[in-house]
Amino acid sequence: MSISLDEVRKVALLSRIALTDDEEERFAAQLNDILDYVEQLNELDVEGVEPTTRAIDVSNVMRQDAHSTYENREGLLNNAPDRDEDFFKVPKILNG
Amino acid sequence: MTTAAPAKTEYEVIIGLETHCQLGTETKIFSDSATEFGADPNTHIDPVCLGLPGTLPVLNQTVLEYAVKAGLALNCAIAPYSKFDRKQYFYPDLPKNYQISQYDLPIAEHGHIEIELVDKKGNATRKKIGVTRLHMEEDAGKLVHAGTDMSGSAYSLVDYNRAGVPLAEIVSEPDLRSGAEAAEYAREIRRIVRYLGICDGNMQEGSLRCDVNISVRPVGQKEFGTKVEIKNMNSFNAIQRAIDYEIERQIDALETGNDTIVQETRLWDEGGQRTISMRSKEGSSDYRYFPEPDLTPIEVSADQREAWAAELPELPAAKRSRYQTDLGLSAYDANVLVDDRTTAEYFEAVVTAGADAKLAANWVQGDIAGYLKNEKKTLNDIALTAENLAELIGLITDGTISGKIAKEILPDLLEQGGSPKTLVEERGLVQISDASELEAIIQKAIDDNPNQLEQFRAGKTKLRGFFVGQVMKATQGKADPKLTNQILGKLLQG
Repeated sequence: MSISLDEVRKVALLSRIALTDDEEERFAAQLNDILDYVEQLNELDVEGVEPTTRAIDVSNVMRQDAHSTYENREGLLNNAPDRDEDFFKVPKILNG
Repeated sequence: MTTAAPAKTEYEVIIGLETHCQLGTETKIFSDSATEFGADPNTHIDPVCLGLPGTLPVLNQTVLEYAVKAGLALNCAIAPYSKFDRKQYFYPDLPKNYQISQYDLPIAEHGHIEIELVDKKGNATRKKIGVTRLHMEEDAGKLVHAGTDMSGSAYSLVDYNRAGVPLAEIVSEPDLRSGAEAAEYAREIRRIVRYLGICDGNMQEGSLRCDVNISVRPVGQKEFGTKVEIKNMNSFNAIQRAIDYEIERQIDALETGNDTIVQETRLWDEGGQRTISMRSKEGSSDYRYFPEPDLTPIEVSADQREAWAAELPELPAAKRSRYQTDLGLSAYDANVLVDDRTTAEYFEAVVTAGADAKLAANWVQGDIAGYLKNEKKTLNDIALTAENLAELIGLITDGTISGKIAKEILPDLLEQGGSPKTLVEERGLVQISDASELEAIIQKAIDDNPNQLEQFRAGKTKLRGFFVGQVMKATQGKADPKLTNQILGKLLQG
């Protein structure tokens, strides 16, 4: 597994973050380390094992369609980096 | 003499629709906040829909029920095992930076619906449109305002009331071939979800939103043309007009090269009646779906599926077909009545109570619909029961009252209800169908108007209507119209 600089740039673009050249190099190396580590899983023999999306065998955990109002609305708004009265305030993001 | 004009290239249009239906639950798909439209900003928010650390989403069981019912109504196979996935994109309408949706194991797949297009002459054409899939997902919030603050930096304000509101996304096969077909498909989807009672279908409020994928290619060409997506239509007419505009633009681009067709998203500009490019940088989206680790998979047992299937009402396509085949209605009448479930059910109750189907259809779509429109009311607001309307129709068919009298007493019946028969008797509105009684009245009308009689006999036969009017006036409209005509004809000849 090897992550190229181009792939790092693409992920940065998708994540809307600006990286310096140094950071691109550094993150490429780190990402490759992570992937190499996970790569060890490929040593397992999974012949005949059904693919799964979860480790725990549980399904259909659901709730009733019953309404309740969250009490601490102010807390939610205050928790954001910025607010403008009743709104969350975010930097304007141009499309694309 | 013939001049060989260059053969005009024929084009084939390929259209598919993605329809988002907001499911009419009380609460959000994964949390207890309300879904009500039009609330003050950020009053329906909670730590789960905002994706705060340490919170866990839990599926609203009504969302699953509605999605399965919709899937069944669209003739889909319901997945016995289904799951949610994360769709990643970075945009401030999404508090978590990912949307919880379904990717490779949607709840329903491989369905179809039947649409019916009625032309101006009243001829109906039916067409089967494939439904690729239906999946559950959460809606995003809304960027409501943008501005520049004191320090000069541009900002947006976000309202997350809509974030986490449950949606069913329905994807059609590329089986649609015109703006009219696409608009009719969208109408049929709305009818179905409204019949099911799972979505109010209000396009102005965004409870039903359609995105269109469209390409054109010369007839005979194997490869599809370049696909363009159009968004931002807020009515069925706008869907049709946006598509018709886009077909023309794409054909023109292919023929003249004045414009290019690139794979992109375009917005329908209602003011300008055109589509405009929403230039987006290439490669800026790549959703990197992966299974949502915070939610369990969904299993729908055969028993559960059948229990929900048993709760489905008769659907619009079945009703349209039945009204035409069994009740002998025209395609036009069937389509008008079936458009709204309450209207269809009221009409059926009138027929069940013994009224002639064609007459019942006329009353429901004619005078009653007109009254409801003027008074801004619905069928639920009127006092005239289906049984009483059937009785009223019966009074006309058996000659007790004329159609004119029936129309006159209709507003009272709609507002006060009660038996039309009793009302007719109380007010002495029973039709005069006794020949000798009528003859005397008609003779008097003739005797009272010697000038008109003279003119009539001199050839001004249009005056016959004048005499009918006189008779109706003398009887307050109670004269049997058919008999009046017969006797009048005889007496006028002298």
